[in-house]
Amino acid sequence: MKVLLQNLQIFDPQGIQNEKKDLLLEDGIIVKISDSIPIDSGVEKFDFEGAICSPGFFDMHVHLREPGREDEETVLSGATAAAAGGITEIACMPNTTPTIDNAGMVDFIKQKAKGHLVNVHVIAAATKDRKGEYISPMYELKESGAVGFSDDGVSIKNAFILRKAMEYSKMLELPIIEHCEDESLAGGAMNESEVSTKLGLPPVPSVAEDLIVMRDILMAEYLDASVHIAHISTKNAVEMVRQAKSRGVKVTAEVTPHHFTLTQDSLYSYDTNFKMNPPLRSKEDVAAILEGLKDGTIDVIASDHAPHSPEEKDYEFIYAPNGIIGLETIVGLTLSDLYNKKILSLEKVIEKLVVNPRKILNLPLPKIAEGEKANLSIFNPDLVWTVDANKLKSKSRNTPFDKRIITGKALAAINNGKMFFEDEFISLSA
Amino acid sequence: MPLSSKHLLGLYDTPVEDIRLILDTAKTFREVLERPIKKVPTLQGQTVLNLFFEASTRTKLSFELAEKRLSADVVNFSKSGSSVQKGETFKDTVNNIISMKVDIIVVRHESAGVPQFLTRFTNAKIINAGDGRHEHPTQALLDIYSIEEKIGSVKGKKICIVGDIAHSRVALSNIFALKKLGAEVSVCGPLTMMPVNIEELGVKIYSDINKAIAENDVLNVLRIQLEREAGSSIPDLREYREYFGINAERIEKNNKDILILHPGPINRGVELSSDVADGPYQIILNQVTNGVAVRMAILYLLGTQN
Repeated sequence: MKVLLQNLQIFDPQGIQNEKKDLLLEDGIIVKISDSIPIDSGVEKFDFEGAICSPGFFDMHVHLREPGREDEETVLSGATAAAAGGITEIACMPNTTPTIDNAGMVDFIKQKAKGHLVNVHVIAAATKDRKGEYISPMYELKESGAVGFSDDGVSIKNAFILRKAMEYSKMLELPIIEHCEDESLAGGAMNESEVSTKLGLPPVPSVAEDLIVMRDILMAEYLDASVHIAHISTKNAVEMVRQAKSRGVKVTAEVTPHHFTLTQDSLYSYDTNFKMNPPLRSKEDVAAILEGLKDGTIDVIASDHAPHSPEEKDYEFIYAPNGIIGLETIVGLTLSDLYNKKILSLEKVIEKLVVNPRKILNLPLPKIAEGEKANLSIFNPDLVWTVDANKLKSKSRNTPFDKRIITGKALAAINNGKMFFEDEFISLSA
Repeated sequence: MPLSSKHLLGLYDTPVEDIRLILDTAKTFREVLERPIKKVPTLQGQTVLNLFFEASTRTKLSFELAEKRLSADVVNFSKSGSSVQKGETFKDTVNNIISMKVDIIVVRHESAGVPQFLTRFTNAKIINAGDGRHEHPTQALLDIYSIEEKIGSVKGKKICIVGDIAHSRVALSNIFALKKLGAEVSVCGPLTMMPVNIEELGVKIYSDINKAIAENDVLNVLRIQLEREAGSSIPDLREYREYFGINAERIEKNNKDILILHPGPINRGVELSSDVADGPYQIILNQVTNGVAVRMAILYLLGTQN
């Protein structure tokens, strides 16, 4: 089956940049790229005037909840939410029930995702059952397809085990991804600040994150191993990563859209959709994050998509679980709050949503060239839209961005011979 | 003149005019309490639900008396611990009870924000009887009423709150209201018991109890809540008593005109020695009596407005 994508502004970091082209796809393969391709009969055409096309977006921090909480999200519903958000590849975190800490579990996720538009990569637990006591069977996990290791939700608690995990994964050339939070300071419901004092909510201090970021950087430096800091959220953490990078430490970092768009001031409503971990921080932290995004200290934008059922979120604030969904808003918020506000150029946006996640996880970067498989994201940075939580493809509704007006929208995702466009999957193969 | 809100969620958001109106109205009810028949028909036909998710003796009793003296029908619900662990959600629990039609809910809960949460799914008027470490507005109002009854307007008075400020909803409500009323507010206690950025609320911090006694007109002394996290904030009770405890000797040496308040229950021999708890400087039992009048005033003002 042939499909013609017209009038796309191409941005391929490895190829065509800032040129308007038509793309002809046949059975999901790019067969022709040209300034203007005549329309043959039997070719379905899509006019994307005003839109940009890049290699597929990659969200490296996603919770799919399967197995265990299939009422909140499944591999399939999460993958579809990603496609609806313009994303073609995701990496899911291992904090499911049971934990993804053995080859069988990696295989289970892979099987569930088979045939979907979205490639679902698996980040396996760094320690058995994420308990921080024994390192997981990383060799076997790598062979079964795991692309990195993390105890996400918690840090690897003990420095000795962290060391072993970093050394073992270094041998396998896979990254350790750390949720940085000192356990003994954790457990609060919001960022410790004048706002937590006024609201009387149990606070978690930013230094809880900073301490572990520092520990992990020093350990990676000592071992010459690599570490990826998940959802960085504090000013000091950004500065520590910046300094570590300048000394050549193999450290990378990601930030979520909510940590560059929202502050702790949102908590005055006691709305549990603003409760997440790490918590929303201060204006100064957000400013430092924007600076870190600009100067390259922060490599990646990832959603930390964390679905929770309405009944779970509709609780007394201190008892409601942490986390928000983000797969369907990450591209829009990045365009709206970073690209359109001139914090990041298009090139930098692509770097953080397309290039760097794959670099960190050692995955191939798709090309936009004739003969290549189409793995594409199409988005319009000028399109104004309003988030409607009830229309999201995720099984869950826990977003603080409901009703938010966003400038910039993902229009389509294309991968594995399929296209997601205007709320539905379109098969591109015969 | 009605209150500006149909709820009393906290004093942070309550305008000073409303605070004054409550305090003035309380004077009337204070007189009612001195009559041989202490009951008025004001809230006849209205139902008040006392929704207590956290243990309470005096606040609950005080509210119940206030409600009954206003002739309201009173129902009580007590449940301690998280509803999460018990299977039924908080929202389901509450929806079940309010389906029986109640007009006013007096709520106490260990999570901050629960009174606000209630306003989102009920039509009842909500009175906060203590939410986590956030606010306890009726306690602060009765404290202020009691101070003013004794020494006149709090405006310009120096008032120090002593104890575990970080875990105290009484402290926070007092700070918010006293600042609005023009008092000079300070706090005293070990730094481990101070919430971050407390000075941004416009309060001074003392770490020397003798100085706090010497430089203030009023001390509002909080209970050292051993059942909470006080255990990790102070080495032990002995050290607290020795360095932050208030006894007659300290008062006599530093300031014999001091007025001592305590929201109770007192840990005798810890934050207050018995010679202070029973002595001439304190108005602890006046606070308890005034509590009923202040709560009657709030119930009356909220209950009789649309």
